[in-house]
Amino acid sequence: MSTADTVAAPTTGAATRGPRPAGRGRVAAVLGRHPVGMVLAAPYAVFIAVVFAYPLGFAVWMSFHDYFFAAPGAAVDRPFVGLDNYRAVLADPGVRQSFRNIGVFLVINVPLTTVLALLLAVALNRVVHARTFLRVAFYVPYVTASVAVVGVWLFLFNADGLVNSVLGPLAPDPSWLVNAGLAMPVIAVFVVWKQLGFFILLYLAALQNVPKELYESASVDGAGWWRRFRSVTVPAVRPATALVVILATITGANLFTEPYLLTGGGGPNGASASPVLVMYQRGIQQGQPDVAAAIGVLLVLGVLLISLVNRRLIERD
Amino acid sequence: MKRTLPALLLTAALAVTAGCDGSGGGGGDAAEANAARGPIDVWLSNNQEELAWGKAMVEAWNAQHADQKINAQEIPAGTSSEEVIGAAITAGNAPCLIFNTAPAAVPQFQKQGGLVALDSFDGGAAYIAERTGQTADQYKSPDGKFYQLPWKSNPVMIFYNKEIFAKAGLDPERPPLATYDQFLAAARKIKSSGAAQAAIYPAPTSEFFQSWFDFYPLFAAETGGKQLVEGGKAQFDSPEGQRVAEFWKTLYTEGLAPKEKYNGDSFADGKAAMAIVGPWAISVYGNKVKWGAVPVPTSTGKPADQIRTFSDAKNVAMYSACKNRATAWDVMRFATSKEQDGALLAKTGQMPLRTDLATAYPDYFAKNPAYQAFADQAARTVEVPNVPNSVAVWQAFRDAYSESVIFGKKPVPDALGAAADKVDQLAAGS
Repeated sequence: MSTADTVAAPTTGAATRGPRPAGRGRVAAVLGRHPVGMVLAAPYAVFIAVVFAYPLGFAVWMSFHDYFFAAPGAAVDRPFVGLDNYRAVLADPGVRQSFRNIGVFLVINVPLTTVLALLLAVALNRVVHARTFLRVAFYVPYVTASVAVVGVWLFLFNADGLVNSVLGPLAPDPSWLVNAGLAMPVIAVFVVWKQLGFFILLYLAALQNVPKELYESASVDGAGWWRRFRSVTVPAVRPATALVVILATITGANLFTEPYLLTGGGGPNGASASPVLVMYQRGIQQGQPDVAAAIGVLLVLGVLLISLVNRRLIERD
Repeated sequence: MKRTLPALLLTAALAVTAGCDGSGGGGGDAAEANAARGPIDVWLSNNQEELAWGKAMVEAWNAQHADQKINAQEIPAGTSSEEVIGAAITAGNAPCLIFNTAPAAVPQFQKQGGLVALDSFDGGAAYIAERTGQTADQYKSPDGKFYQLPWKSNPVMIFYNKEIFAKAGLDPERPPLATYDQFLAAARKIKSSGAAQAAIYPAPTSEFFQSWFDFYPLFAAETGGKQLVEGGKAQFDSPEGQRVAEFWKTLYTEGLAPKEKYNGDSFADGKAAMAIVGPWAISVYGNKVKWGAVPVPTSTGKPADQIRTFSDAKNVAMYSACKNRATAWDVMRFATSKEQDGALLAKTGQMPLRTDLATAYPDYFAKNPAYQAFADQAARTVEVPNVPNSVAVWQAFRDAYSESVIFGKKPVPDALGAAADKVDQLAAGS
């Protein structure tokens, strides 16, 4: 290969490695530059196809058909119904309310989770004594089943619970979990408390990568704690913040267990019914999986949109 | 490349699902299955007393039928029996018989192609009619066939705590609970005296079945036995329905019935002076509570022998996955024979759905007078309507009831009217 050839050649990595055996180009075009990588990724790709792509595709298909679960071999008709299921869902006040409810939940839960997780992670990062104990203490609610910890919250927030006993005449009437205005906020706070440990861990990992020199420079320049936090910590953990916000949004939008257990299947007058709870009622209890699938598709689209907006807002320079 | 693979996977998934609608071919040879004999599987309720009866029944059968043995197990755990059964139908692994089939779920199971019509067996309909009498008609499906064998009921009545009543200054032996006015007066007295935290405490939650234990028994009594839906039309948007709803609304508005879910049994724990349940609860309350039982109230105080109530029945159904249906049908009749019904009554206190209940087991009722009132009441029960979208119908009603009666967000007539329109549509199959 002449020097002129080398200079004239495109400066891609592939082109600078010299001639390749015939047929290798076609393989590379399909499998990329590192076929072994594709081989290593194949099991996960199959897993994703089986447990994610196929069910998602099936749900989308279901939502456009008059579909119900049937016994194997039962002769059933499942005609294409176009957007009928979506029309039914959008016209259903119960479904619309569930989306409003989850909006309220996300507005409370996501910012509170993000701010508290960051502040507590920063504090835990500076703790010298009992560091492990404190981290475990925050993490325990996350790894404990909701079913188990809901009992504690019922003990706290029932009409004759501990919180109302402390508040005395200031206790809300109707009480927290049967108050249309308070049921969803209480659930949002419960979920913040329960999931905080996981998000604290994400921030703690991100904080390990913030160079100490940045803090030292800021201190030399006379920056106080708040200024260092705002100008060094917050920008440095921005990718973690994006992840926390997106994960909190996704898990929050899929809320089911807490309203089901805390407020007895949708709360006062449906005030704490979430879209997933309504999907469960329609799809499993009432035998309308096609309608449930339509709700699910709308929920996925909504979460995708919110996550996209969040990412754009948080990651913008 | 980073977006190509997910896109390909999704496209492939859509292509695969578009190519299959999940429905199978023919249903196999039903006639052959109906004539086949051999081992069968059955599921029993996980209620301890019922389980004991079921095991004894299976033992008795197996001792006489070595070549057609029953393999019995409890219904697998799940949120509810209905969900587990629905999943088993879809998976094709439902057992031959389930001795815990809820009538409200039958229309859905039938739509799924999961049930066998019992009329397809020689003398099937006649056997049901002979054992259960006219009450059996409520369990017929809209196509006129029986997809469930009426088995046992738990006629709902008002249990009251005699000690709390005495503490509140009410007569514990002849409690004034026949009319709505009397009932409300008694409830106010219980509350104001501090004898109990609540006069009565039905679950104020939104699950579709909760109306079976507050509105429906009183509606059955007030209307003289009307179902929630009759002739494809909702019946609750009526003067009777409104009277019942207003009665409950008064209890909630005045704080005589709490609006918050109770975790546990409020009656057994002494938190509530009254409960609205069937005879299964007698063994549960046992010595914990000194209780009495009276029929549900009506606006005018109808005589006890004219009062109808909700049956809270559980039935036996045969599932289409069954290969040896002739054996399954024989087992159905064996398990609902006079002898086995007597054993069920003795072990569980639940009332077999027999026309001759009171006369068939005189010794039992002589020994257990507490159950006599329930036996009388068992002859006058109302079932949930056997209509399409049955569960959705109950959920629509519950939502309206919750909104207007429990939480007072809407006037009762408006809520019941709107719910009736929705229920009419659902019951029509749309």
